Amino acid sequence: LAPWVPVVGLEIHAQISSNSKLFSGSQVQFAAPPNSLVSFFDASLPGTLPVLNRRCVEAAVMTGLALNCSINKKSLFDRKHYFYADLPAGYQITQQRVPIAVNGSLSYNLCIDNKMSQMVTKTVRIKQIQLEQDSGKSLHDDTRSQTLVDLNRAGVGLMEVVMEPDMCCGEEAAAAVRELQLILQTLGSSQAVMAEGQLRVDANVSVHHPGEPYGVRTEVKNINSIRFLAKAIDYEIQRQIEELENGGTILNETRAFDSKLGCTVPMRDKEGKQDYRFMPEPNLPPLILYDAKSLPANMNHQQVINIDWIHERLPDLPSVKREKLVEQYGILPEHSFTLLNEDGLAEFFESVVKRTQMKPKKVIGWILKDLLSYLKQHSLTVKESPVSSFLLADLLNLLEKKEISSTAAKQVLAELWKGEGKTPLEIVKEQKLELLQDQKELEQICQAVIDGQENE
Amino acid sequence: AMLRASLRQVSAALKEGRVTPTELCQRCLALIKSTKFLNAYITVAEETALKQAEESEERYKRGQPLGSLDGIPIAVKDNFNTAGIETTCASNMLKGYISPYNATVVQKLLDQGAVLLGKTNLDEFAMGSGSTDGVFGPVRNPWSYSKQYKEKSVPKCPSEDEESNWVITGGSSGGSAAAVSSFTCFAALGSDTGGSTRNPAAHCGVVGLKPTYGLISRHGLIPLVNSMDVPGILTRCVDDAAILLGSLAGHDPKDSTTIQDDFKPFELPDLTDVSKLSIGIPKEYHAPGLSNEILALWSKAADLFKNAGAKVVEVSLPHTHYSIVCYHVLCTAEVASNMARFDGLEYGHRSDLKDSTESMYAATRREGFNDVVRGRILSGNYFLLKQNYEKYFVKAQKVRRLIANDFVKVFRSGVDVLLTPTTLSDAAPYMEFIQEDNRTRSAQDDILTQAANMAGLPAINVPAALSERGLPVGLQFIGRSFQEKQLLAVAKWFEKQVQFPVIQLEEVKRHDSDVFQHQKSASFS
Repeated sequence: LAPWVPVVGLEIHAQISSNSKLFSGSQVQFAAPPNSLVSFFDASLPGTLPVLNRRCVEAAVMTGLALNCSINKKSLFDRKHYFYADLPAGYQITQQRVPIAVNGSLSYNLCIDNKMSQMVTKTVRIKQIQLEQDSGKSLHDDTRSQTLVDLNRAGVGLMEVVMEPDMCCGEEAAAAVRELQLILQTLGSSQAVMAEGQLRVDANVSVHHPGEPYGVRTEVKNINSIRFLAKAIDYEIQRQIEELENGGTILNETRAFDSKLGCTVPMRDKEGKQDYRFMPEPNLPPLILYDAKSLPANMNHQQVINIDWIHERLPDLPSVKREKLVEQYGILPEHSFTLLNEDGLAEFFESVVKRTQMKPKKVIGWILKDLLSYLKQHSLTVKESPVSSFLLADLLNLLEKKEISSTAAKQVLAELWKGEGKTPLEIVKEQKLELLQDQKELEQICQAVIDGQENE
Repeated sequence: AMLRASLRQVSAALKEGRVTPTELCQRCLALIKSTKFLNAYITVAEETALKQAEESEERYKRGQPLGSLDGIPIAVKDNFNTAGIETTCASNMLKGYISPYNATVVQKLLDQGAVLLGKTNLDEFAMGSGSTDGVFGPVRNPWSYSKQYKEKSVPKCPSEDEESNWVITGGSSGGSAAAVSSFTCFAALGSDTGGSTRNPAAHCGVVGLKPTYGLISRHGLIPLVNSMDVPGILTRCVDDAAILLGSLAGHDPKDSTTIQDDFKPFELPDLTDVSKLSIGIPKEYHAPGLSNEILALWSKAADLFKNAGAKVVEVSLPHTHYSIVCYHVLCTAEVASNMARFDGLEYGHRSDLKDSTESMYAATRREGFNDVVRGRILSGNYFLLKQNYEKYFVKAQKVRRLIANDFVKVFRSGVDVLLTPTTLSDAAPYMEFIQEDNRTRSAQDDILTQAANMAGLPAINVPAALSERGLPVGLQFIGRSFQEKQLLAVAKWFEKQVQFPVIQLEEVKRHDSDVFQHQKSASFS
């Protein structure tokens, strides 16, 4: 049988982290009471007009720069029309003709054969980033034959990041999305928490034989975590291969991932191809951005966005942070990945290193093996850790000063984990875990043990 | 004769205490009641108006009026949002809709102490050129009941009477034009997308100003075509229009299409010397169907300028005859988009048919919109289809650019202001007007006004003379972008020359003869 080449592209919607929505002043907040964050514009009251939120534009520029894109100094807004209960205006304002950023790239890393010691770097091209409105939420209540509409989310700013079909499997897609997530969180342009709907990923999947044109692609939606992203893509690739090998055809359709069954199913309400009747948004002039060269002399700087100014203030991206950690602390590259992969773990590590004489190369073991496994076992985040970096540092200092053995240290850690507020030193004293250095004392204890044995 | 005074005159009278805001308000409300047959108003906000008048009176008593608009009764077209007062757009879709906010222009008027008498009638969603296609019925032109018209009208048969002989106001801001024309208010807001302020102004013998696009905020004006709509100003003289313009123009952060530059309200100069002016006469505006009467009037007006020393030149705007078709494509496309929000879900009419979201949407929109609106939505959606977009929408945008460039070239050649007719003829009798459908009428009637909307230019109708039938005929001046001062100065000069007669209305005489009879009666001086 001829080999199959799977092709995976991604469309990612990241909710912009901002105080107010993309075109109106109502607040952005997760899980607020239904319809409590809806301005007149969000509700599409007739006569209301969109006003562009500066912070959202800055977030998109930052993200574009971090992804090595060209920032379009002039970009345009368009209306995309369709009727749905969660779209009050009957159209979404988006950037279809000329988006804010184009032609970038994202580098991500994969472990070969699940061995973290063997990492390979891959790149996926970023086709574009566009600003657009989020829709509201509709909940179908079939028992009462009604649809409940919550417009809190309607109008929240989104960055749609389009990744070219340069990926070949679920693992690659997951790694790329994970890296994007870290970048967005580092920039602060999006909190990118998938569980809260701040990062939504749709996958475009097709298969073909090498040398032949690309196959028909399907779009897979309704993926709620990075883990499910990999699963959904791999399932879909398999499904398509099996279908084609059995002489079937692939329909250009949208499918939903069913996480319970672990498979993709055709989506009912997306029938046929929609004509969105794109039209320029007449109420918004073209978005003009400047750089140091093009900035007019007497321009009110409140009114303009300077791309170079934003570029200068970008924080260290995850890839740079990792390099710095390796360089500064002498840890392995794969350690740096794990450190950055857990929210707050890198900061925790650095905090411990600061407070202990133990070498970072040794500290890292305690962080990645002991602390992290405890956290995972109890499904806790670093922030929720009952053992603070201060406590761990104290403990590691006792070990470093040889006041306890490493076995004892693990025992103390287990005790600290209960979170009863005791310090490592207190636990050591309580459980008499001190390493005895005194020769005479040791002899006495040994003698006592031998005497005890003889009496039996 | 307070009701027939100009805004400036009555403002002075209020300041001097010769009349009080409440008296003025009460008279206007009484006259509105007596002229109910005109059907100019959809909603009369009697209680709130009287309250506003009282508050104004307090301010005058304290010697602290807010400005020249304090206490002045005004009316607003029913497609502007007014908080707490029904906004219907003369459509079943918004019957009973009470907006929670004021349009910026409405807020500005209220902030300056103006008294909002009510919301005026229009064609449904401002689509039309007759003010005949709204759910509250057609508006009647006050001139139908004027002495001037009645003297000239010869009944075609003995059974024909006043009732069936009345003429239309033009549209779509017919209610506002009728309100100003019949003296029930001193100024009114209209809207202008293809001529909807200037057309009824011409037919009702009042001044109708279309400002430059981007000068006055559209926030709160329920849109027809976002890229062409402007709030329009209707008054009885050019000077009053300048006062209104001064209080409404300027950047609005809520409307991203308003210009950022500071607007400086100007004092309208009284031109005496027009010898430095260059008046352009675009030959393409000698359109098919232009009545001989209006052609002659246009010519006479050109001579007026020439004899006063101005340079009068024939110019060409070669793409004029494409503007109707171009407008049709762009207008319907934007309409289709703007009307998409009316689904019955958040506000407005909602159908009882609730089997599914789709069926509810479809039924709501069928029940809520009239045929004119639905027709434009269907056309617009057709033009926006992917396969048609380049052929129609993009092509029309390109033609629009050509039309706008025609004006740029002409103004660059040294012409200051263009002089054209506003309408093809005087107002048609209603029975005649409705013989053709809305689309046909709009295509015919918009031809002289609509290119100014394409190009975003300011334009004004000034009443010029009475036709043979005793009905008003107006002429139009089109100016350069943001040069309202020059445009209005020229218009004011012309107004002074023609001395357009005051409408002789029985009802007005009755309400306006009063204690203040010894005051000088108003005229266009």
